[in-house]
Amino acid sequence: MVDILISSDPLSEEKCFDLIKDKAAGGSVVFVGTVRNQTKKKAVLRLEFEAYEPMAVAEIRKIADHIVNKWDAINVAIHHRVGVLEVEEIPVIIAVSTPHRKAAFEACEYAIDTLKETVPIWKKEIFQDGEVWVAAHP
Amino acid sequence: MKIKLIAYGIAKDILNERSLMFSIKESGSIKELKNALVERYPEFEKLVSLKLAVGEDYQEDSYILKEGEEVVVIPPVSGG
Repeated sequence: MVDILISSDPLSEEKCFDLIKDKAAGGSVVFVGTVRNQTKKKAVLRLEFEAYEPMAVAEIRKIADHIVNKWDAINVAIHHRVGVLEVEEIPVIIAVSTPHRKAAFEACEYAIDTLKETVPIWKKEIFQDGEVWVAAHP
Repeated sequence: MKIKLIAYGIAKDILNERSLMFSIKESGSIKELKNALVERYPEFEKLVSLKLAVGEDYQEDSYILKEGEEVVVIPPVSGG
């Protein structure tokens, strides 16, 4: 089962774990990304995320399908938040259940690394004295 | 011919609009559109990458555009 969500409402790690747990799973890994309070020692007040939603869902689906094929994942849930997020809030959750634990760790790492490269979602860091689109410039 | 640009992230700031009509030569390619964009908006050249999508998928430079087609401007992504 693959569950994909892009939402402006808060994400829930409990809900993601509920979605992926399975009697055939030997391990489940739930990766939770959180908003950090600084970047390069500069205080971050909040983040703003926006997505090109239909394509973001399609690109996330490619990631999930690859995980199912390569690591024999039983269930995959990938949820991403959009809108304004304060420090400590959750922009992303990736949850994977597999027959054996090692595959779940590897699949989760693959998913977050690939999401950051291919999924059309953008974040802007808001500082006291300005704002920056993350990773836009070298 | 005219195509419809839709922009996200820093691309929206560079174009100063979420969407706008943009003129390129008949049967222009994605590569030609990219060149025209950089010429008109030099800020695009400073980005780490610039990708264009049609039909909710990234398109190669050789993709030939059609009149009125919707092209989404995708600056470097930074989800997660």
